[in-house]
Parts: sequence; structure tokens; C-alpha cells
Amino acid sequence: MWWAILGAAAGCYLLKLAGLSIPAGVLQRPLVERIADLIPVALLAALVAVQVFARGTHLTLDARAAGLAVAVIALLLRAPFLVVVVAAALTAALLRLAT
Amino acid sequence: MTDPTSALAQAEGRGIVRDGLGVGLATGLYGTSFGAVSVAAGLSVLQTSALSLLMFTGASQFAFIGVAAAGGAPLSGAATALMLGTRNTLYGLKLAPLLGFRGWLRPAAAHLVIDESTAMSVTRDSPESARVGFLSTGLAVFAFWNLFTFVGAIAGNLIGDPRTYGLDAAVGGAFLALLWPRLSEPRNRVIAAVAAAVALGVVPVTAAGVPVLVAGGVALLAGVLTRGATDATEFPA
Repeated sequence: MWWAILGAAAGCYLLKLAGLSIPAGVLQRPLVERIADLIPVALLAALVAVQVFARGTHLTLDARAAGLAVAVIALLLRAPFLVVVVAAALTAALLRLAT
Repeated sequence: MTDPTSALAQAEGRGIVRDGLGVGLATGLYGTSFGAVSVAAGLSVLQTSALSLLMFTGASQFAFIGVAAAGGAPLSGAATALMLGTRNTLYGLKLAPLLGFRGWLRPAAAHLVIDESTAMSVTRDSPESARVGFLSTGLAVFAFWNLFTFVGAIAGNLIGDPRTYGLDAAVGGAFLALLWPRLSEPRNRVIAAVAAAVALGVVPVTAAGVPVLVAGGVALLAGVLTRGATDATEFPA
């Protein structure tokens, strides 16, 4: 188990370092630039979806969805980041308390 | 943007640090669940803390212990963790020209290349802001994530389910808040919707964490497709 932990940790670090170390010239290509722009959008959207609607390998609709809905409302009202996050958590916690 | 005065720049810097600390705390608190789940999966407290200290990329860590909990071989857990870790290479590609770290700073900063630090710096409009966002978020997440991993591992089930406090919903809200400013662009709204749908679509058939990686493929595909359709109407640039 220790070898797997240390090996995977070393590999994950090298993957991070590789990204930072690849010459800047690579990013000057329009294709790479466009993809690099799109990646955070796609990943953040996927992270939102998976964090809220997945439990393990199942899709579920639970208190987290209500938290997300409140987060959307808070964002539409231009609430600051922390307010959005706390509102989402509070909504889910209270809903679970009530049910 | 017009030239900000130094007072304005300082205020902006403080705001960025505050946001970084907030993300660090929200994400770090979730480390309690990682610590508790990891110990429940059969890892020792020391192994659990080693994962948070040395691997330090949440999705990979959860994938690693998820395979362990399901009775999978440690090596297949490591492979899953590495597959998810490729995400950070893409983040690094995006961050390198933005942060411009040189010398010893680069290998040190590399350890902090994660979802949260990337998201909190790629949206900034100057290298200084990007660096402040990256370092404050990265260091805050590192400190809180490791602290609460240890707490979670020690306390185990005693601390209860973090879901009771809605912390799982907080993470979704945080990611949405980070995504929000980018949704003003119509092209990004399409990409976000497709990525979310694809990720949810593969949730039932892949290991935890993989759907996000698959969604990264949506970005790759969209980038390639829009090249072939520069003046076409589907994806106005």
C-alpha cells in the first residue's frame, strides 16, 4: 500500500510540474490556446454537476440540488463568493434537518 | 480597464486573499470526510495524511481510497489517481504563462496546482492578481486540507457526516461561483452545458472522478471542432 501511495503521489506531482514546465511557446498556438481557455469552463461545469447530482456511481436529486438552486439565486443577486457558498451549505443543512 | 491606483490594487489584493482563504476553508473542511472515509477504507492515519500531504489533489485522493474501499488493488488505485492527475497538467499549461514562476519557485508552486488554486487565478486580469490568487488559495487549501484530513482520520466516525453541515453542497456552490463569471460568453455557456451533461451521462459507468476528466475531453473536442468552423455559425468566437 505504501508503494502505491508514494508512487501515485510522485506521479501526480510530476504531472503538475510538467504542466508548469512546458515551454510558453506551446501556448502561442491558437488551437492550444483555445482548448486551454475551454478546459476550466468544461471542468468547473462538470465538477458542479458531479458534486451536486452524483453519489458514487448513481445520479441523485437531494438537498445539494436545493443548495445549488439557492447558489444560482445568490449569484444572480451578485452576492460575494463566500455568501454564495455559505448559502448553498446552509440550505442543504437546513433541508436535511427538516426532512 | 483603467490604471488602478495603488490603494485600489491593495484593496483588490486583500479581496483576492480573502476569497482564497474562504475557498481554502470550505475545501479544507471537506478534508474531514476524506480523512474519515480513508480510515474507513482501511488505510492508517499516517497513510491517510501522507496522501493529503504528498498527493494533494482531492479527486485523485478520493479515487485512490475509493478503489481501496471497493477492494481494488493498490496499483489500480494509483492508476486511477494518476489518470485524474493529468487534469493538473492541463491546469499547469494554462497557469505557466499567467504566473510566470521561475527558478525554485516553479517546482515549489507545482505542488499547489489543483482545481481550486487554478480556478482562483485564471480569471484574474493581471499577473500580480493571478499570483496572489494562486498562492493564497493554494496555501490555504493545503493548510486546511491537511489539518482537516488529520482531524477526520483521527475522529473518524465520531465527527459525524460532513453532509449534516451541508459541506457537500458548499463545494458545488463554490465551483458554480467560480464558473459564473465565465458564463457571460455564449460559447462558454454551450460548453458548460455539454460538459455537465456528458459528465452526468458517464457517472453510472465510470469510477468516481472520471466523469470530470471525460468532460475535459469536451473542451478538447470543442477546441478542435471550432478550428474547422472558424466562420461558421455554430460556435461564434
